[in-house]
Amino acid sequence: MIIERLKKEGLKGRGGAAFPTGLKWEAVKNAKADKKYVICNASEGEPGVLKDLFILRKYPEEVIKGINLAMREIGSDSAYIFLNPKYFPKLEKKLKKAIKDLPIVLFKKPHGYICGEESTLLNVIEGKPKMPRLKPPFPTEKGLWDYPTLINNVETFYQAVQVAEGKYKAERFYTLGGKVKKKGIAVLPENFTVRQILEHTGNWPNFDFFVQVGGGMSGEILVSEELDRPAGGAGSIIIYKKNANPMKIMRKWARFFMNESCGQCVPCREGTFRLNEALKRKDFDRELVEDILFVLSEASLCPLGKGAAVPFIGYLNKIYAKKP
Amino acid sequence: MQKNLKFLIDQKEIEAAEGKTVLQAAAENGIKIPALCYHPDLKIKSNCRLCLVEIKGEKGLVPACRAIIKEGMEVKTRSEKIDRTRKVNLELLFAQHIEECDDCNLAKDCLLLGLAREYKANIQRFLDRKKNRKVYQFGPIVFDQTKCIDCRNCVEVCAEQSVGFLQSRGQGAGTEIFPSLCQERDCVYCGQCIMHCPVGAIEAAGEFENSEEFLKKDGKIKIFQFAPAIRASIGESFNLPAGSVVTGQLVAAIKALGADKVFDVSVAADFTTMEEAQELIEKVKSNTTPCLTSCCPAWVKYLEFNYPNLIDHLATTRSPQIIMGGLVKTYWAQKEKINPKDIMVISVMPCTAKKYEIQRKELEVNGLRPVDYVMTTRELAYLLKKKKINLAGIKPEAADSPMGDPSGAGVIYGASGGVVESALRTAYYKLTGKNLEKLEFEQVRGMDGIKKAEIDIEGKKIKIAVINGLGNAKKVLEELKRDPKAYDAIEVMACPGGCIGGGGQPIPVSPEIRKQRAEALYLIDQGKANRLAHQNPDVIKVYEEFLNNDKIIHKVCHTSYNAKTKGEIKILKNSKETK
Repeated sequence: MIIERLKKEGLKGRGGAAFPTGLKWEAVKNAKADKKYVICNASEGEPGVLKDLFILRKYPEEVIKGINLAMREIGSDSAYIFLNPKYFPKLEKKLKKAIKDLPIVLFKKPHGYICGEESTLLNVIEGKPKMPRLKPPFPTEKGLWDYPTLINNVETFYQAVQVAEGKYKAERFYTLGGKVKKKGIAVLPENFTVRQILEHTGNWPNFDFFVQVGGGMSGEILVSEELDRPAGGAGSIIIYKKNANPMKIMRKWARFFMNESCGQCVPCREGTFRLNEALKRKDFDRELVEDILFVLSEASLCPLGKGAAVPFIGYLNKIYAKKP
Repeated sequence: MQKNLKFLIDQKEIEAAEGKTVLQAAAENGIKIPALCYHPDLKIKSNCRLCLVEIKGEKGLVPACRAIIKEGMEVKTRSEKIDRTRKVNLELLFAQHIEECDDCNLAKDCLLLGLAREYKANIQRFLDRKKNRKVYQFGPIVFDQTKCIDCRNCVEVCAEQSVGFLQSRGQGAGTEIFPSLCQERDCVYCGQCIMHCPVGAIEAAGEFENSEEFLKKDGKIKIFQFAPAIRASIGESFNLPAGSVVTGQLVAAIKALGADKVFDVSVAADFTTMEEAQELIEKVKSNTTPCLTSCCPAWVKYLEFNYPNLIDHLATTRSPQIIMGGLVKTYWAQKEKINPKDIMVISVMPCTAKKYEIQRKELEVNGLRPVDYVMTTRELAYLLKKKKINLAGIKPEAADSPMGDPSGAGVIYGASGGVVESALRTAYYKLTGKNLEKLEFEQVRGMDGIKKAEIDIEGKKIKIAVINGLGNAKKVLEELKRDPKAYDAIEVMACPGGCIGGGGQPIPVSPEIRKQRAEALYLIDQGKANRLAHQNPDVIKVYEEFLNNDKIIHKVCHTSYNAKTKGEIKILKNSKETK
């Protein structure tokens, strides 16, 4: 019943990958196993995204309700909330109050960007190395301790409840940051374009700018002419001044990905390190940088490595190249 | 029955069995897809990202090591995109790997270097970021971090051996593979890490750098002895197919190297069989079984370190190379009127742990080490090639007598199950006065990790377990904790398949190669006129002339064991400075 409604409303995952929620729930529901798990991914590890914190603060009961709904629907008697360690002290009491005696464990996520990646998250809960698993099998087939596992983002659970209760308005929570006038969370229709969101929130800049959407590190770069499309990803919009120091911007990204690479595969372990090195140099070796970005995006084992190349490629093609 | 699927690789129609990966199917059909972290013995890790291919209908590049074949699928192994990722990926691999190609395990067989040429990778594009990493030596194993590409094959194989000594730590570019400092974990020198390292970052001490040193020693009579397993493996280093038997060529090649005498350790295996059969009988009679075999030094160290309470169950019989070295420096030296101090015994072994075994103090005979130097199969092949001796083309010669002609039982020592099979043939005779009607113990042969059998000797049932791989040994040792009398005789060889898959053997190795090497040894046994240790005339003669009282038998053929604490981990300046 709820699965049909999720499908009908077209709810998609709000963690970044936008996988249809109904299909995911259905896959776990149909999986044959004597145990199933539900995990609420509250890692929110992508800098510049704060909407899960907002939701958990404001609507903890709704999120727990959503987790419980999923558990009942797929036939699970055990759930986890995989919570960002920075959020943990702020939210622990609130969430425990909302959980009451439901079999939902509050799990403090260790530090590290990669831990928020869903298969790494599984390894972390199981006490294994903080590294992504090879997919397939997907968590819906073999997840926590190899049991079918439903992993959804905080907002997805919140929205699922809205769907179940007939209150769903096809909205999402946007995080606005960078050189905006009004930082913070905006709740607006999910089909709003970036332009509409900026205009609606009174954030359209009066200077030359570009934006990074979907995540403050791995998000895509869009110039002001490209804003007639939704924000996507985890729903963040960060505004940069177009004439911001390119090296400073790129070095920030490079340092981040180098520090957060788990080290499992060659392109990401070595590539992010070499990218950071190349950007530290005074002479910018574009051929080298593009080679590294190419293997990162084409050959990395997990979404982190692939995502690491995204902002650079956009920035180099759309903004850097156009500089005099 | 397994179904065959038809599909296309680079527009060529391929047929392969359902369930295979693209990488396996391609290899079976002679299509090369580069892969570094892939090894048929190990789990698919897919972290080197070199085997990426294009599959029609799939988004992005797909690792061939994980892609399962489907009917009608279309695979492309080369394209502009694939080639560019491989080229840059190789450059990134070389950025982690110091090239020291002049003295490397892999030398001309280096996969990395070959691929760099094929994909025109600039191996100097990046500065070596690991040049200040450490070179570790533990026992005879040298691990050079400056060459390591973090693929973790060694970590996996070490864990599989239930040794867990090589571990990984750190994150991103800070990842490092390192020897554990934990007091409860120690290397047993099996050398399986060497066999599974794709880039030659691990080798045995003395391999390549010091191989020639002992040949230069003047005034010494140089006695070479070669292990049972070598005859079926060294041919591979000279481009012969796996499982080629080259006993005669091996002897001739060693002689060409400058050996004064060449003995066959399989003969000494016959002595080991005689003594071990006796021990088994005594343990059965005194109800102090199980009797654990002791010719594998890695296994012995594993037990001494991890299960010291079981030491009393280890057969005290020395390993064949040690018995032979002891006999050379006593019996043979007396006969030849040579001062044993003037003899240098050099073993060629499929094993790295044998380098450690000869240093065990309790093995000394009259204050002398029975064996002075151990070289691995690889080391001998390297040396022969360096001296331009082509083993494949040399005229075969017989090993020297009186210790040159083993029984078939002595030859099968090189394969898992061979020690127990040999001992049972002789134990049966010792107990019944008759030889077995059927000599082959099929149940203990083959590549299974744990093989079990039961043999009835005049109403007495002997329960046997034959194990290869220390991970499997651990399982059986844990079983013994629950049921101490589960087995009467337990044979353990630390390496997969036994010595034929030993840590000193030619690289590469695979389940198929090990199988062929083992089959070759069983074929030799089958073709021997004498297949019983107790009927080997050389053995009988030595027992009559020399090993004719308990004191001397004990001195030359038996040893003792003791609980071991963690060995030293040395940090070397570079891999050339090995000891």
